[in-house]
Amino acid sequence: MSHKDKEQLAGEANELMSKILSTGKQLSPKERLAIPAQEMPSQDPDKRRGNMSEVALGYTPEQTRLEAMRCLKCKTAPCIEGCPVRIDIPGFVSAAAEGNFQKSIDIIKKNSLLPAVCGRVCPQEVQCQLNCTVGKSLKSVDKAVSIGRIERFVADLERKSDKQETPAIKPQTGKKVAVIGSGPASITVAADVRREGHAVTMFEAFHKPGGVMMYGIPEFRLPKAIVEKEINTLKSMGVEIKTSFVVGRTRKLRDLIDKDGFDAVFIGTGAGLPKFMNIEGENLVGVYSANEFLTRVNLMRAYDRENADTPVAYSRKVVVLGGGNVAMDAARSAVRLGAQDVHLVYRRTEVEMPARIEEVRHAKEEGVIFHILENAKRILGDEKGHVKAMECLRYELGAPDDSGRRRPVEIRGSEFTMEVDTVIVAIGNDSNPLIKQTTPEMVTTKWGNIIVDENGKTSVDRVYAGGDIVLGAATVILAMGQGRTAAASINKLLAS
Amino acid sequence: MNKILEKKQLSNEVFRMKVHAPLIAEERKPGQFVIVQLDSDFGERIPLTIADANTAEGTITLIFQTVGKTTHNLADLNPGDAIQNLLGPLGRPTHIEKFGTVVCVGGGIGVAPLHPIAEGMKKAGNKMIIIMGARNKELLIMEDLMGKIADELIICTDDGSYGRKCLVTEPLKEICERVPKPDMAVAIGPPIMMKFCAQTTKPYNVPTVVSLNTIMIDGTGMCGGCRVTVGGKTKFVCVDGPEFDGHQVDFDNMMKRLGAYKNLEDKAHEKCHLEESMVKAKK
Ligand SMILES: Cc1cc2nc3c(=O)[nH]c(=O)nc-3n(C[C@H](O)[C@H](O)[C@H](O)COP(=O)(O)OP(=O)(O)OC[C@H]3O[C@@H](n4cnc5c(N)ncnc54)[C@H](O)[C@@H]3O)c2cc1C
Ligand code: FES
Repeated sequence: MSHKDKEQLAGEANELMSKILSTGKQLSPKERLAIPAQEMPSQDPDKRRGNMSEVALGYTPEQTRLEAMRCLKCKTAPCIEGCPVRIDIPGFVSAAAEGNFQKSIDIIKKNSLLPAVCGRVCPQEVQCQLNCTVGKSLKSVDKAVSIGRIERFVADLERKSDKQETPAIKPQTGKKVAVIGSGPASITVAADVRREGHAVTMFEAFHKPGGVMMYGIPEFRLPKAIVEKEINTLKSMGVEIKTSFVVGRTRKLRDLIDKDGFDAVFIGTGAGLPKFMNIEGENLVGVYSANEFLTRVNLMRAYDRENADTPVAYSRKVVVLGGGNVAMDAARSAVRLGAQDVHLVYRRTEVEMPARIEEVRHAKEEGVIFHILENAKRILGDEKGHVKAMECLRYELGAPDDSGRRRPVEIRGSEFTMEVDTVIVAIGNDSNPLIKQTTPEMVTTKWGNIIVDENGKTSVDRVYAGGDIVLGAATVILAMGQGRTAAASINKLLAS
Repeated sequence: MNKILEKKQLSNEVFRMKVHAPLIAEERKPGQFVIVQLDSDFGERIPLTIADANTAEGTITLIFQTVGKTTHNLADLNPGDAIQNLLGPLGRPTHIEKFGTVVCVGGGIGVAPLHPIAEGMKKAGNKMIIIMGARNKELLIMEDLMGKIADELIICTDDGSYGRKCLVTEPLKEICERVPKPDMAVAIGPPIMMKFCAQTTKPYNVPTVVSLNTIMIDGTGMCGGCRVTVGGKTKFVCVDGPEFDGHQVDFDNMMKRLGAYKNLEDKAHEKCHLEESMVKAKK
């Protein structure tokens, strides 16, 4: 597929738009279905391989309206069912179709605190867009209304206009709440609780707040300026942010309540414990967890080799193990750092890959070489202890397992080796055990996820939790949704 | 931001700094460390052991050797300046109890993290034998402080400029051969020294604790960059350590991982020296 640049896409949209407007008539459902799905303008793959800037450039206003006009406004609104935070999707989409972008964003913000983020990183094709009638009529989820891209456009418009006001804060209540971590779950809690007039202190272990949005998801997919803006909004609301503060070590959770007088605590510490494969050679020099690789590149800015103190290897042949968003981010970052060949090895097939479809497509466009139905068996090192090759096994799909997915089974004797100098393990994260270790009364699952009730409350009095620490590695929108629930419970607790 | 209150140069490359950090001072226990970062945007994050703390003053003491860019820049700061980011206390505290006789071995800068542990062991009622080693007399630090704790103090230098002319493993072996043998050994210093100390005590079955100083980023268990192989299993130094059973640690793998960025780091360090001499030349 040849690359269409932004101007070309804008031109096509303008032309179509004037045609539609000149008729001055309401569109019939048939006419709506005939509007071509609007392609997302993006940086040329050849250029973007060499830079860290955002790949998707965002719709033009005309593209946004056209895409929104594709919506059939179904009475049943199946898209809302697919949205974890139940945004009034037909509402905001039809406002966008009319060109009333302010109204559109206002509708979104009733349910979502981070639209500029979610418009970019939500897996829409398995949520709202999966249920979309337009997609169903055209027999492809790819052809569903691009709800996320419309969301992104109206969120960006407001963000860039500087019209965004600091949310109103109720008078001080004299109560105070501690929020641990600063990812999407914690940001949501901080905002919702602060609005009620309670004092909020946010504790973050890293030197910069934002959680995975800051240290994990790369700039080319989620510009850090967007996350920083959300953090600045919290600050302007009067939320105190303490970085370099790790709860459980700098201060115990119990002490926050007993000694420091916090009336409630929210734990949003994420799923920060990288899983390894437990295979031979995994501790060789040149084997990274995706967390380490991405943190070096993003948070520590190792891609800026001139200025950053934190180094990252000059890799030539990289292999990434895994098939999720994290794996795509690692592979695409490796491309940008100048690796010659970047391979992605996944045990199942592309259909089972948990990554967003767009990320898979972008990775391929950027030259990442996909190996499906293969997996690492062991990593081989040279005499200096550096990675020199990886031995793989081929797999085939066998009978379905409990989850209904066909289980990959190894093909005996199918071993082969790939010459690589860097291996990035991106097979998932478990929950960080630090709070559990230092708060023994906290009830967790056997994997260390904190157990909460339907109000987001943990087994410990006055302590709530949400996001990846509860769900296991999940999504931004689910973290935000859980934050909302917990914040509502905290506000209720403190009102009584 | 953590203000630097005092700075003293202990030897050519070794500095001691007292830093305002009341929460860390209150929580820290022997064996724990902090992560230091001097610039939020481009600075690297490095682990440094907490050598001492004063809860009344709300201060901690760091002792470090200028081995890389960050330690170099840290040494250039002065009282009144601040450390931008200081995270801690991290790691599991040393397991301190009354074992009987404890032999502590400190090599070079390793004497600094060893000091609070030795102090704790002494307070717990152990008989303390302390071996201190350095390349030469000038590089030996904290002799007076260790002398106060030691029931028996042995000093060795590689070049014989002070104390015995030998490596620390020589007196360690002699002590292991005594009857009764020591009940416990703690060795902190360069990886190669810890490796050979562990090898020395192994035949005598003297339990030996070592404290590992690997490359770290977050220091909270999130990245796995600090991982080492202990008894065939992968462990994260920042959360499972920094102390491990020296007889189980795969030191060879650890040393290779420590050297992962050697070339790049040497370049950065060289640049520091170059810039320094340029500044001096200008003056
Ligand atoms: C590389 C990558 C790509 C991803 N891509 C997507 C995507 O495209 N779409 C999507 O929806 N989701 C994606 N995710 C998942 C998504 O980022 C997470 O589900 C979400 O960020 C979880 O939010 P959270 O609020 O639970 O915590 P996190 O964002 O994980 O933040 C937790 C924060 O708490 C801090 N912390 C931990 N312990 C302590 C402590 N004891 N004291 C103080 N602070 C502490 C951590 O340093 C961290 O900053 C991705 C994840 C990764 C790693
Ligand atoms: S430093 Fe990242 S896990 Fe230990």
